[in-house]
Amino acid sequence: MKNHIQIIKNLSIGFKSQKGKQISILRNISTNIKKGETVGIVGESGSGKSTLALAMMGYIKNGLFTTSGECLFKSSNLLNMNSRELEKVRGRKIAMIPQNAGQALTPNLKIGYQIEEALRLHTNLSKTEIEEKISELLNKVRLPSPKIMALRYPHELSGGQQQRVAVAMALAGNPELLLLDEPTTGLDVTTQAHVLELLKDIAKDTGTSMVYVSHDLGAIAQVCDRVIVMYAGEIVLEGPVRKILKEPIHPYTYGLLKSIPKLSLSGLPDSMPGSQPQPGHVGDGCTFYDRCDFSDNKCKVNVPQLEYIPEIDTSVRCFHHSELISQKNEKKTNTQSNKEIKIDEILKLKEVSISYAKQGILDQFLNKVTDSNPTVKDINININKGETIALVGESGSGKSTILKSIAGLLKTKDGNITFNKENILSDDLKERSSEDLRSIQLIFQNPDESLNPNHTVEQILSQPLKLYFGLTGSKLKSSIVELLNKVRLGAFYMSRYPRQLSGGEKQRIAVARAFAAKPDIILCDEVTSALDVSVQAAVLDLLQKLKEESGTTYIFVSHDLAVVKAISDRVAVLYQGRLCEIGPSKNVYQFPSHPYTEVLIGAVLEPDPDIKPKLVAEDIVEEKPPEIGCCFQGRCPRIVGDKCKNETPPWQIGENGNAIRCHIDIKDLKAQQAL
Amino acid sequence: METNKDIFEEKPKSSLAKVLEILSTMASKPSGFIGLAILIFHVVLAVTSPWFAPYDYKSINSSLMLQPPSLEFWFGTDSLGRDVFTRTILGGRTALTVTFFGSIIALLWGGLLGIFCGLVGGRIDDIVMRIVDAFLSIPWILAMLLIVSLLGTSIEVLIPALGFFYGKGIVRVARAATHDVIAKDFIVSAKARGHSNLSIIWNEILPNVRDAILVEGAMRWSWMLLGFSSLSFLGFGVSPPTPDWGLMISNARGLMSFAWWAVISPIVGLSTLIIGINLTADAFAKALGIDRSTKAPV
Repeated sequence: MKNHIQIIKNLSIGFKSQKGKQISILRNISTNIKKGETVGIVGESGSGKSTLALAMMGYIKNGLFTTSGECLFKSSNLLNMNSRELEKVRGRKIAMIPQNAGQALTPNLKIGYQIEEALRLHTNLSKTEIEEKISELLNKVRLPSPKIMALRYPHELSGGQQQRVAVAMALAGNPELLLLDEPTTGLDVTTQAHVLELLKDIAKDTGTSMVYVSHDLGAIAQVCDRVIVMYAGEIVLEGPVRKILKEPIHPYTYGLLKSIPKLSLSGLPDSMPGSQPQPGHVGDGCTFYDRCDFSDNKCKVNVPQLEYIPEIDTSVRCFHHSELISQKNEKKTNTQSNKEIKIDEILKLKEVSISYAKQGILDQFLNKVTDSNPTVKDINININKGETIALVGESGSGKSTILKSIAGLLKTKDGNITFNKENILSDDLKERSSEDLRSIQLIFQNPDESLNPNHTVEQILSQPLKLYFGLTGSKLKSSIVELLNKVRLGAFYMSRYPRQLSGGEKQRIAVARAFAAKPDIILCDEVTSALDVSVQAAVLDLLQKLKEESGTTYIFVSHDLAVVKAISDRVAVLYQGRLCEIGPSKNVYQFPSHPYTEVLIGAVLEPDPDIKPKLVAEDIVEEKPPEIGCCFQGRCPRIVGDKCKNETPPWQIGENGNAIRCHIDIKDLKAQQAL
Repeated sequence: METNKDIFEEKPKSSLAKVLEILSTMASKPSGFIGLAILIFHVVLAVTSPWFAPYDYKSINSSLMLQPPSLEFWFGTDSLGRDVFTRTILGGRTALTVTFFGSIIALLWGGLLGIFCGLVGGRIDDIVMRIVDAFLSIPWILAMLLIVSLLGTSIEVLIPALGFFYGKGIVRVARAATHDVIAKDFIVSAKARGHSNLSIIWNEILPNVRDAILVEGAMRWSWMLLGFSSLSFLGFGVSPPTPDWGLMISNARGLMSFAWWAVISPIVGLSTLIIGINLTADAFAKALGIDRSTKAPV
């Protein structure tokens, strides 16, 4: 007990519904955090992981209350403390790093001042000592030139830098326990890998215990010693990170790991049926009963208890865990449909440039855009009928911008987009024919925003049917039912509102709405990034099946390279609105030839503690693409000198069919990367 | 997790059921209940009062001038010997009618123009909003006095004039509410599908801004009531001998020091009605989930 920094005993937290029913969010949580240990809490949204992390610092959200249990920090119960006592603990003993540092930092105070504030509150340092300490802290989180950094405002920093500042503030009080709530979720892949590296080093240097809350098993695998898996407000599995991620003995964790797309596997990941029960809808018996492959009648009636298995130092909440141990990792992979895509061009982007620059008065008069350095420049892509082409890149790479201009929502500056070989699409939505509009449909990232909250599913799906096909009455109804069946939903969903649907169901409705127009091309804008992993796999699977049924072409935009690998036939890698590499996806992933592709793929986190990301380049964020030369010159690890700065690199085609834009010969690049 | 409603048990409801549910939510809190009760009382009174008014509101009797409240004349008599109780219960009729229809006009033009500006944006939005701003900067009472003195004080003039002047504020609220939804993907999606502006306003925007506009309209109603009574007070609203609270206050205010009863009852009538409407509008906003403390422009 001596080396336990925090002990949680039988904690239950819940709230009262409007009808007076008591609904639990956490049920009987018992666990402990040892000194110097990094514990990961994983689970899908709504599993209660954030509520648990907040309870660990004695904070219960408004409207929630503890129904039983205690949360002991060094043998004093945080949940009984008054605000005075809590003030002494928070910041000094337990510190928190929020998910979105950009929102957690006060926008109108300088970084240095904000850290100083934390230092004055939590330490007794003198003024000069504080100044030194600020520099020391900023150094510790590896921010360049700390003296200058301290004088900046939060908006002058990039997302990754803001997150570092948040870490520095949390470290100001020398806490013994750090709580991190999804600290890298909003960051780009390369930045995320760097921040995780930093956190790991800090844990090693300072010996601080960390609790790392995340839905991302890849991030957990990199930093944690021990993992707690949560499902529907309960701990279902707890143990050392290797045991949990490599040989999970709980069916939920097993399914979850299988449903994560990985770079090392080809094809779509297995999907898990159903979705997590909502708070208040947990039945008798095991919470995972409905979705489990191993469940029997015993699971339906009896609640399994958390059982400690000493041989593997793991606690599990399942009656059938021994069956899972024996099953072990028999690798089953879906083989991707390897049908060759015929060259039958459906959409052609020719020298497309898009600018967000504001027009001057003269330009408005002449109706043109003068911007020598547009956001997106020189995009040439030919898209064939029936293929899935993915546009990948970090935020700011212009991938969504390109989608918008294909959909007609953004005007192009130069170049044109040709549909079906001869039909040049107008860049003004109003001038496109109804037939063109019908042929290209969009699916958005966040189904909460893309479905009108005041419409029923029936109304949502009837919009395109009425608009394009003029359907009414019983014909309209039967078409809606047909669409719902197509996305594996029952006809009874018609009368529901979006708020009554789960995230996955909402996205299915959005997919159905796009397919209602019987389009030739569907533009998918980060369609799975707002979804939980287990749901994501099911939506990807649905998209793949629908494509096979109807021969639709997908243009798939995503920042998640593993997802892209699973679904796409061809990949186009974008950096700062310029195309770096394009080619068949298996080749791009197998031989990342362009230095940026190499950096990007190297930073992908796999849910395996033994696969470390390769950090090749610095995670500098560039605000604007360079005016001349190669777009990646600012970060390129293989830069060859002035040539890269002054000349736009030529296209070269490698033996595997992927084209790259680089000054270094493609064969030399491969040799360098192999080292 | 944020909402603690049992959303999955919710079934789609008919519009009548929705209205009843909103009303019962409003009445479940004391302030909402009081507001609704006062408002209903006033409306019922305005509709039924001609049938039970004890005296003729215009019969002048010089022998009964300024009688204090008694069993015969419950609220006393005024300077022309007319029964104050009769005149008070009848005094809200014109004000309620004029302002009710005025509010509907304000809601319609203000709401639609605001949504339109929010949706189209750009140059048209700029021009329209600057015109609205210009009108907002004119003291309304001066402008009203001008209109009324040019066109007369008939109801046909007052309703559209009040409706116009109180609709300006609604334009701003409707535009702001539209801006909240306009960036959402479902609007972008409708645009990308090629729906017309009219269809987007009707199908996609209106259901999402309706609540905010209705609440604003209800608040405007109470302001308009005060404005209308002020006009009457100045002699530009209801013309005598029709009973009206504003007019009654104006006539009796000089005698306040010794005949308080003639002025106190129209004041109570007017202020309770305004309080009732305000409380109802607040409860209405809460029942619809709109936080007026952060959203209210006035």
